[in-house]
Amino acid sequence: MNAKLFVFVSHRNGKADDSAFELASAAKTMLPGSAATAIVCGSGVDAVATEAAQLFAEVWKFDQSALAYPNAELIRPLLLEVVPAGSVLLLAHDTFGFDLGPGLSVKLGAAYVPDVVGFDGLDGTALKVVRQEFAGQVSAHVNANVANGAVVTVRSGAFKPSEVSPGGQVIDKSDEAAGLTAKRTFIEVIEAEAGDIDITREDVLVSVGRGIGDKENIGLVEELTDAMGAAMSCSRPIVDAKWLDKGRQVGTSGKTVKPKVYLALGISGSFQHLGGLKGNPFLVAVNKNPKAPIFQVATVGIIADLLEFLPVLTEKVQKAK
Amino acid sequence: MEILVCVKRVPDSAENEISVAPNGADIKRDDLVYSVNEWDNYAVEEAIQIVERDGGKVTVISVGDSDAEEIVRREMAMGAEQGLLATDATFEGSDGLGIATILAAAAKKGSYDLILTGALADDGAAQVGGMIAALLDLPYASVVNKIETKDGKSLRIGREIEGGAQEINDIELPCVLSIQTGINEPRYVGIRGIRKVASVEIPVLDAAALGVTAGKVGADSANVKRVDYFVPVAGAGAEMLSGSNDELADKLVALLKAKGGIK
Amino acid sequence: MIHEPFSPATATLAGFPLWILFVLIPLVGIGCFAWIMARRAAPLFKGAPDPRFDRIPERIVMVLKLWLAQWRQPRYFLAGVLHIVVFFGFLVLGARSTEMVVLGFVDGFRLPGFGGALGEAYDVAKDVASTLVLIAVVILAIRRAFFKPARYAVPERYGKDHTPEALFVLGMIGLLMLSESAFEGSLLAAQREAGHSVTAFTLAWAFQQMFAGVATSTLAAVNLVAYVVHDLTFFFFLCFLPFGKHFHVITSLFNVYFMRLQLGNVKPVVHGITDAQLDDLKSFGVKKFEDFTWKHMLDFYSCVDCGRCSDHCPANAVKRPLSPRFISIKARDYAFEHYPVFGKSPTGDAPNLIGGIYTEDEIWSCTTCGACEEECPVGIEYIDKMVDLRRGMVDEGMVPQSLQKPMSALEKRGNPWGKLEKKRAEWTAGVGEGIEVKSVEKGDTADTLYFVDSISSYDDRSQKIAQATARVLAKGGIDFAVIGKDEKDSGHDVRRFGEEMLFQTLKEQNTEAIKASEAKTIVVNDPHALNALRNDYKDVPPVQHVSEVVALLIEGGKLKLNPLADATRTYTFHDPCYLGRHNGTYDPPRTAIDAIPGMKRVEMTGNCRDRSFCCGGGGLMLFYEPDEEQRMGVVRVNQAKDAGADVIVTACPFCMTNIEDAIKVAGLEGKMEVIDLVELVDRQMQQ
Repeated sequence: MNAKLFVFVSHRNGKADDSAFELASAAKTMLPGSAATAIVCGSGVDAVATEAAQLFAEVWKFDQSALAYPNAELIRPLLLEVVPAGSVLLLAHDTFGFDLGPGLSVKLGAAYVPDVVGFDGLDGTALKVVRQEFAGQVSAHVNANVANGAVVTVRSGAFKPSEVSPGGQVIDKSDEAAGLTAKRTFIEVIEAEAGDIDITREDVLVSVGRGIGDKENIGLVEELTDAMGAAMSCSRPIVDAKWLDKGRQVGTSGKTVKPKVYLALGISGSFQHLGGLKGNPFLVAVNKNPKAPIFQVATVGIIADLLEFLPVLTEKVQKAK
Repeated sequence: MEILVCVKRVPDSAENEISVAPNGADIKRDDLVYSVNEWDNYAVEEAIQIVERDGGKVTVISVGDSDAEEIVRREMAMGAEQGLLATDATFEGSDGLGIATILAAAAKKGSYDLILTGALADDGAAQVGGMIAALLDLPYASVVNKIETKDGKSLRIGREIEGGAQEINDIELPCVLSIQTGINEPRYVGIRGIRKVASVEIPVLDAAALGVTAGKVGADSANVKRVDYFVPVAGAGAEMLSGSNDELADKLVALLKAKGGIK
Repeated sequence: MIHEPFSPATATLAGFPLWILFVLIPLVGIGCFAWIMARRAAPLFKGAPDPRFDRIPERIVMVLKLWLAQWRQPRYFLAGVLHIVVFFGFLVLGARSTEMVVLGFVDGFRLPGFGGALGEAYDVAKDVASTLVLIAVVILAIRRAFFKPARYAVPERYGKDHTPEALFVLGMIGLLMLSESAFEGSLLAAQREAGHSVTAFTLAWAFQQMFAGVATSTLAAVNLVAYVVHDLTFFFFLCFLPFGKHFHVITSLFNVYFMRLQLGNVKPVVHGITDAQLDDLKSFGVKKFEDFTWKHMLDFYSCVDCGRCSDHCPANAVKRPLSPRFISIKARDYAFEHYPVFGKSPTGDAPNLIGGIYTEDEIWSCTTCGACEEECPVGIEYIDKMVDLRRGMVDEGMVPQSLQKPMSALEKRGNPWGKLEKKRAEWTAGVGEGIEVKSVEKGDTADTLYFVDSISSYDDRSQKIAQATARVLAKGGIDFAVIGKDEKDSGHDVRRFGEEMLFQTLKEQNTEAIKASEAKTIVVNDPHALNALRNDYKDVPPVQHVSEVVALLIEGGKLKLNPLADATRTYTFHDPCYLGRHNGTYDPPRTAIDAIPGMKRVEMTGNCRDRSFCCGGGGLMLFYEPDEEQRMGVVRVNQAKDAGADVIVTACPFCMTNIEDAIKVAGLEGKMEVIDLVELVDRQMQQ
């Protein structure tokens, strides 16, 4: 296939997002042998462009003050201008991707292939991908007709971050991004409340999920956490039920953590939760349900009733100190 | 404000065990119960609250057959004034773009200030809202978790972005928004409420009424097609420990000490 | 006729004959009272219908028992006895009070028939009565002012303390006693030469002693003043009654007469509307004050403010935002404000109760345990009101998110967890001992239907109770079958959480399935199912709880139980609300437990039988996330511990669930155990 391949590189605070590294891998898997062009939009993004040049052979830089915050409503018309018809674009399947992707595919007349977790190759003009449906309960083989190009969004963590290979070229196309307007204006970002703890800095996390059953039982987890000298975190349902502060939530809509040791207690292992867990920690999963998806990714698994097991474990931990 | 909310009938995620049918062509549907997509329900509640505050009308539309009519009716029982059903043989097998094409055509038949969809549905694609916006050339914002009406010309909205932060934007009306769960607390719809709207008429719009040509919708013109469902072979997975709670705790403590988990 | 040396009827003041005044005071007093009562009655005419005019003999019995015999008063012994003294004192003094009024304008009046021996006996009675009442009133005042029993306290959010009102009324009663006795005593002192009798050491006697030797003219003045004080106080008190908690003095007789006679069931949405007509109603439940029935409004008026209901309310004990006493008091105050005696009612639309005097959580916090209704000395009902308020909230869509999922699951799958219908009878595979459980699903029929209900069918722990039940029934030689996948949740708590239409649907489906089984009796292990099938459903065979069946089997010698393997443990029985209070079944479980050789059983004294403390609630209450400081189950487990028990026996799968969790949360694992009655019987059954 002769289509040009683009990867949209997201960045924050002057550094490329982890997703950029994963998309680089995804691009190579999707179309082996093809060279992807990175697109970097922003204001004052020289550093990001340089970093992207270590992943991609060519980087198109669009440096404009209007692009200081990634506003999909501004970037979509820009891409329509600069990206040739029939191209294939790779985006991260994140909240920016939700904003940008679908409308972009419609305007490009290209297929929209969202939330891909794997590629099975290209068969003529049929791109074969793997997706998941029903909150990850089943997987599906999906064929997309990419004769007119495609906008493909890739799930976080589905591809391993690519190794760097310096030598890419940065092309400054900032002029082409001048005078962009949109009917949506960015105002500000309100950060999540800091709360009393920053779990992103913790080495050892004891994380509690829906399997703990009831609010009062969290006391058992607290005791274990104290005994271990660790910090407590949780999955989204715990925060939705208001049993713990939002600041303790690990996940794509919560915090991203990189501990050395992670205890997942009563957590089923949805990809939204695991999406917040990086760095390959020693992952211990304790769950009553032997079929919980977390056992597929954990290092060590224990099938037990939390309410019976935790007090026993806490006692042993205290004795071991 | 005239608000159009697009809703989808999906297998209830909480009350169903989803498994692949023997031939892989579909999931097992015999024992499934269906309901309105949870994100769409939040969108309808939000629309109703906006109209309760500022006046206007909420119209709910779904693409489907008589089964889909049931959920349109349920959303009307919740408080949506008008229901619409888009049904036509040529709509079957449409992919996301096809569905968006049908919904955009329906939107053109009215004059809506605001079009809402749920942020995502059972297939996790999160696409229809953004596609409708592009087809209608309207501004778009996804995963919206807050809507403030301002002067009737624009809205101040919040989006739920990574890390649980909230991105505040101003967006001009008319616009399309996809709604994230948690934006509000949907009101309860009881059997009584549903019975009250049991005989309200829900107009059915077919391809002709919508002005939708076969070449844009249906299975044949779908660009993205599912081939089959499957369950991936589980990887090596975790090393499962065994024994009594006592023995398990002993083994675990030893491992934790070794890995620096106990300070 | 005894010639009195002086009397109010003949008294004058600066030439003005005072009897005219003493005719006017009663006329004005009674006139005002009548007008006040008419104003108070006004909202009742706007209330919903409530047919309480049937079953007259039973109602008379309730009046004789609760009102006259003050049956519930001694449950709080000191206050109860004191109140009985004051109550009987009032009854006895009724005749004297009437006499007193007429004495103001008929010189020397005695009630007809009170001339001779009856009159003398009555004089003794009344003197003793007024003395005892004064003593009681003094003790009560000291108690209120200084000892301040906890149940009278008014939490900040409910407004100001009620002690001033209480002391004021006690003061008035005391004044009535004192003034009547002073009136009598002054007369006696003037008549002492005539040898009038008075009972020694009574108040009247005391005044007589005090006034000995005082000049007759002074005595006449004292007598007149005492009379005026008594007359004014009496009619003021009469007119004051409808303005506060002492309205019960007037309304309690009626409130008890019209009180609820049937246990366990819930009132229909509107009395007089059949189930089939429900769909036509514009509005369900109580949203505004006028949606209450007239009897419920009368309840609000009759609230004595004694706090006994809240003192026994488990929700109140764990500091949920519910205090039954204030459900009544707030509504009473609403009625006083919106239907005032003086002035006009506020204009405009009536405000909603929820979001007005009540909050949503306040109403959802109730577990419907019935402890409040069990305590109330004047027969106030709470559960029907809670259900009606919930019906109103459900009608308006105001259902907490935590309850919406299970309600939706009940609608779709017939059980609150949303589990598959076809798995409902999977538990039968694990009964063991070669027992094949018959089921209507498989085409079987049997004499007895074992209605399992949702929790025992689907919950891992409760399934063990169902399996034990099957084994026990089989051992007892009972031919039984379950329904299987067509069994739906009984709907017991769906109804009590206000989703009446869903309850009706479940009831219809179950009634059909029960008919299809051709069973002649029903047995259940779940008291919620018991209550639903017995009291909410119509046209189904009679229902028994498995504990009743077991007790009969034991008494009939058909079931013999082995001695306990571990005779060192002490057992206690926790009465489930829907087996005990709501269905009056306290003894059969105890019979069954005590039939085990070597059994050591204690009662949680003060908290057993009809004072059993709710475990936390069953059915949909398992899903509700309450705002509480502690779990009810933890309170209960500590009560068992304090009674010296280390094994709690219960007879309800919801109690089992709550108590098991509570044992863990309370940190008593290994020290306290809980077992279901039928599991215990199963364990001890002869091989």
